[in-house]
Amino acid sequence: MDGEPVIRIENLVKRYGAQTVVNSLNLEVAEGEIFGFLGPNGAGKTTTMLMMLGLAEPDSGAVRICGFDPVRESIKVKKVIGYLPENTGFYDDMDARGNLRFIARLNNIPDSVSSGRIDRLLDEVDLAREADKKVGSYSKGMRQRLGIAEALIKEPRIAFLDEPTVGLDPEGTNRMLDIIRNLSRERGMTIFFSSHLLDQVQRISDRVGIMIGGSLVAVGPLAELAEKGLGVKEGGVFTLEDIYMKYFREG
Amino acid sequence: MNGVLTIYRKEMEDHFSSTRFLLITMLIFMVGVIIAALSGMSMRDELKGMAKPDFIFLLMFTSTGKLFSFVQFISFFGPLIGIILGFDAINRERAGRTLSKLAAQPIYRDAIINGKFLAGVTMIAIVMLSLVLIIAGLGITLVGVVPGPEEIGRLFIYLVLGILYIAFWLGVAILFSVVFRSTATSALAALAVWIGLSFFIGLGGSLLADAIAPINDTADIARAQDAIIKNAEVQRVVSFFSPSTLYGDATSTILDPLRKSPRSFILMGPLERVSLSRFQNPLPLSQSIVIVMPFFVSLAAITFLCFGICYAVFMRQEIRST
Repeated sequence: MDGEPVIRIENLVKRYGAQTVVNSLNLEVAEGEIFGFLGPNGAGKTTTMLMMLGLAEPDSGAVRICGFDPVRESIKVKKVIGYLPENTGFYDDMDARGNLRFIARLNNIPDSVSSGRIDRLLDEVDLAREADKKVGSYSKGMRQRLGIAEALIKEPRIAFLDEPTVGLDPEGTNRMLDIIRNLSRERGMTIFFSSHLLDQVQRISDRVGIMIGGSLVAVGPLAELAEKGLGVKEGGVFTLEDIYMKYFREG
Repeated sequence: MNGVLTIYRKEMEDHFSSTRFLLITMLIFMVGVIIAALSGMSMRDELKGMAKPDFIFLLMFTSTGKLFSFVQFISFFGPLIGIILGFDAINRERAGRTLSKLAAQPIYRDAIINGKFLAGVTMIAIVMLSLVLIIAGLGITLVGVVPGPEEIGRLFIYLVLGILYIAFWLGVAILFSVVFRSTATSALAALAVWIGLSFFIGLGGSLLADAIAPINDTADIARAQDAIIKNAEVQRVVSFFSPSTLYGDATSTILDPLRKSPRSFILMGPLERVSLSRFQNPLPLSQSIVIVMPFFVSLAAITFLCFGICYAVFMRQEIRST
């Protein structure tokens, strides 16, 4: 963790009407980290992500992505981030290549550059053989993997993945987690991903943040959280579930 | 700019490959050809043995024949083209969960509506231009008249007017596609506005006029006249908010230089024909343009107003994937 953090959030607050969805959130994520954002459904994970992407405006507080403000410099932020929304959609009557090329064009990547990149990415997410099929015929797992490819087509510095494994079978989940881990290891990309599934976050994250009811109740490497929360010594047996349940009861 | 172009390109591809657009185009072409053929044939019969009036070529577009004229047809069905092209522009992306992905790309958010609007206007222009060309071609073969430069100029102005008129409805449809989540709701809302503005605004105008400037029974003839004029003025102001009135008035000015609208030459009674022969001189093109300018500006203004509202609503909307 050296240098300027690529994600910095200070006292972030978001309200919808009387309800406070995100409550004075503070967070820093360093370059190259895999950060697992954990919390039950409706904890404010997606809202926090949307504010980091400049798709929702915070009521107060500040967000800096690679030094840019997502509200005022949204174009600059969107150039350096890749985003996989939860249950992402595609243009179903186009094939995988068509979808990827469209997103590449929106990112001002000429077709001559993007075509090679598309082939490589499709290979990486294991869709090369289905690349010419219409996306409407894809299974859930294939759609999620295509979504990852789409988030990476612009070669971002940070990838925001919202529930990347939701609705996948164990086989699909494993594949997805491998892809995510490789991104960080081989490309040094920062990954910020949210999930409500504990074991997955445990398997690939460098650090986790636990969000409950709009507040970040704990941040840190897993072992540290386990020691603080459960009194498990280094090398001891614990699951994230234990930590999670403990904070959940308190929250 | 890149974003607008990319979205424009994709929308054009979508339009050309969509069954919906194919169907509506076929329907419109069919009706357009039938109308042109009918009015052309009845014109040929009517004009047999008569000296050909000025601007006979423009009559192809304005004479009603057995059904209705091409100009009336566009006045009635044009809004439907606009609505069909735009009613699901934004909420389709929302329903397909592609909107949040689009918004996360490094393009300005207005590029999304701009690209979609421009693609729709291009489609409208293509349909209108080919319809006018079909009817012009049929006119040349059926009636055997060749358009002069002034008639071509007038037709061109009409074309721009027609495109603007349909583009207004495209704007309305896109606005509703931003406001409503469901495509069925946005289509119905656009249709409701269409019916309201096209058919009921006249009624509303006369009600409002009677409320603001009632015509009283009075012995004083001068005051009664003033009241009637004021009443008519109020009605006219209200009618300026109706795109079909604007389109109709502007079209009859530009395509009917003899100013005998709304009746067509063929439907005229003998007395009218006599009076026409006494006032032979048509309005010159420059004067027609002067008269048509306010309509033109009003039509453009309501189109941009509608697009502006759409813009404002869309920019403020939060984009969520769920």
